[in-house]
Amino acid sequence: MSAKAQTNSYRTGPDERGHFGMFGGRFVAETLMPNILELEKAYEEAKTDPSFKADMDSYMTHYIGRPSPLYFAERMTEHLGGAKVYFKREELNHTGAHKVNNVLGQILLARRMGKKRIIAETGAGQHGVATATLCARFGLECIVYMGAVDVERQKPNVFRMKMLGAEVVPVQSGTKTLKDAMNEALRDWVTNVSTTFYCIGTVAGPHPYPAMVRDFQCVIGNETREQMMQAEGRLPDSLIACVGGGSNAIGLFHPFLDDRGIEIYGVEAAGHGLDKLHAASLTGGRPGVLHGNRTYLLMDSDGQIQDAHSISAGLDYPGIGPEHAWLHDVGRVNYISATDQEALDAFQLCSKLEGILPALESSHAIAKVIELAPKKPKDHLMVVNISGRGDKDIPQIAEILGAKI
Amino acid sequence: MTSRIEARFEKCRAEGRAALVTYVMAGDPDLETSFEIMRSLPKAGADIVEFGMPFTDPMADGPAIQAAGLRSLKGGQNTVKTLDLVRRFRKEDGETPIILMGYFNPIYVYGVERFLTDAKEAGVDGLIVVDLPPEEDDELCLPALKAGLAFIRLATPTTDDKRLPAVLANTAGFVYYVSITGITGAATPDFGQVSTAVERIKRHTPLPVVVGFGVKNGAHAAAIAKGADGVVVGSALINALKGTLDSDERATSRTVEAVTTLVKDLSEGVRSVSKRAAA
Repeated sequence: MSAKAQTNSYRTGPDERGHFGMFGGRFVAETLMPNILELEKAYEEAKTDPSFKADMDSYMTHYIGRPSPLYFAERMTEHLGGAKVYFKREELNHTGAHKVNNVLGQILLARRMGKKRIIAETGAGQHGVATATLCARFGLECIVYMGAVDVERQKPNVFRMKMLGAEVVPVQSGTKTLKDAMNEALRDWVTNVSTTFYCIGTVAGPHPYPAMVRDFQCVIGNETREQMMQAEGRLPDSLIACVGGGSNAIGLFHPFLDDRGIEIYGVEAAGHGLDKLHAASLTGGRPGVLHGNRTYLLMDSDGQIQDAHSISAGLDYPGIGPEHAWLHDVGRVNYISATDQEALDAFQLCSKLEGILPALESSHAIAKVIELAPKKPKDHLMVVNISGRGDKDIPQIAEILGAKI
Repeated sequence: MTSRIEARFEKCRAEGRAALVTYVMAGDPDLETSFEIMRSLPKAGADIVEFGMPFTDPMADGPAIQAAGLRSLKGGQNTVKTLDLVRRFRKEDGETPIILMGYFNPIYVYGVERFLTDAKEAGVDGLIVVDLPPEEDDELCLPALKAGLAFIRLATPTTDDKRLPAVLANTAGFVYYVSITGITGAATPDFGQVSTAVERIKRHTPLPVVVGFGVKNGAHAAAIAKGADGVVVGSALINALKGTLDSDERATSRTVEAVTTLVKDLSEGVRSVSKRAAA
């Protein structure tokens, strides 16, 4: 990316080597490099092939149920007494989260490449469920790696994946959460490199994944632009989304990055608090190299990766997508954080006021709407991405609230 | 000046045999036992020693090396202590080449320039960093070569003839051929395919080609030694070590000997194959 392009637009990255400023790259074992180059080539070809786009559009409409509504959250707006709050309803997608947008793209790509064995990592299980779903739809073998701790706290999704015909492998190594699931998926890929397509669930990993996954998720922001123009005759004033790896956030943000007047907020998981165990890589981490890219990481002084903690398995990751790291450094996006308790409170408020059970991940974004909206004037248009639905979190929340189900 | 790596391969060639390269994790199961193991390796028949730098997330390693890294980290191992181990080893042994092997993040966080200076001063000869393919040569490979440290590259079964020149371009010391597509300590390779692959790589480079991944005993080492300039053994040594630990994963009186016994077996395997006729 030339210096000129960089100053004129926030949307030109990455460069041909997969860098967003100093972040990104291709830090993988040699065994995987030929595959990654093959994937990059296949994706570049697919991007410009009208038949690929036609396929995507057709399944987006008829299988996933897009476009997802942009919904005016009237009671939430009244309750908060400030900004006019809109929900981008990604939780209404087939499988109940934004994850399916990306998985559809990658599975159609895998089919083009002739790969019949699909592997994925998953935290909350939403990406695993989406991958298992599309593998079922296209008759592909599906293996999902999931940290043993997450298998325990996301039982409904584990069962869903099994019903869809996927093999769920509980990962016992390391901290037994999302980062270890990703390690194990990479170990599988390095072993079965010629037959296997690795369907990464977020905007992380080696180039071209961060850019490719972002492109597939940009449907969220593109629709939001059109829908807001229809609803209000103008663009929104602020955007809010939760950030773990950051795919739902970049999908909403990216189409608006060059509209300089729009405030953009990414909400990291502050867990028990930023001075305690948390998962806020940008707020509490430093640049390092993990899982194929350079980004902000939670680590100790020796570069050893530290345990992340969040109530939400989907945000429980010690890193963040490299494009977010760059947007943080250049100051285009404001990265803030919400604690476990704030997310839990937001979950309950949203359920009661709007009749929508948001995922614990999305509840982090809603928590910051609750904080920011009252400070804004009534003509301020605020969009929050409801990235997933909360049904999967019911057993966990019931346990925390001391309820028996 | 001839490097320690070149000198050691020359010596092996003169003896008409392949080199034995041994990998152990620095600091596993504790600092002092680890040092005792390291200093016993050359006496037991190791020609080149590789010391693993522990990392929490070793994406290309199997369960044995993952567990070894975690044992080492639990004991407080870090990059500073690993370089100290190298210094102590170097005081006693000025000739055996030392290779540090690991992942980029601990080096990046230590600081690339500072790491290269300290590693060179400690007596390190070469580096193997698993997650730095040629596409990322600017990060460490080129600075390492400038600092006088060999950056040893991994070539794999997926590295085809078209890609090999890029992989070999900035490599030095030797080429490490990964015998399987997979993680360390997993499948035993097909020895016939391995020797074909070694011949293929040798057509592209004058550097010695050593082979690792899946080598478990003297017989495997002998089979590989027929075609390759060296044999690397890691997970098998770590498994031997692990087998002697007590229930709290502490070293016992048998720990050092279990490793050296296997190294002797591997060394006999390597030495049983005469390469004089071929040379």
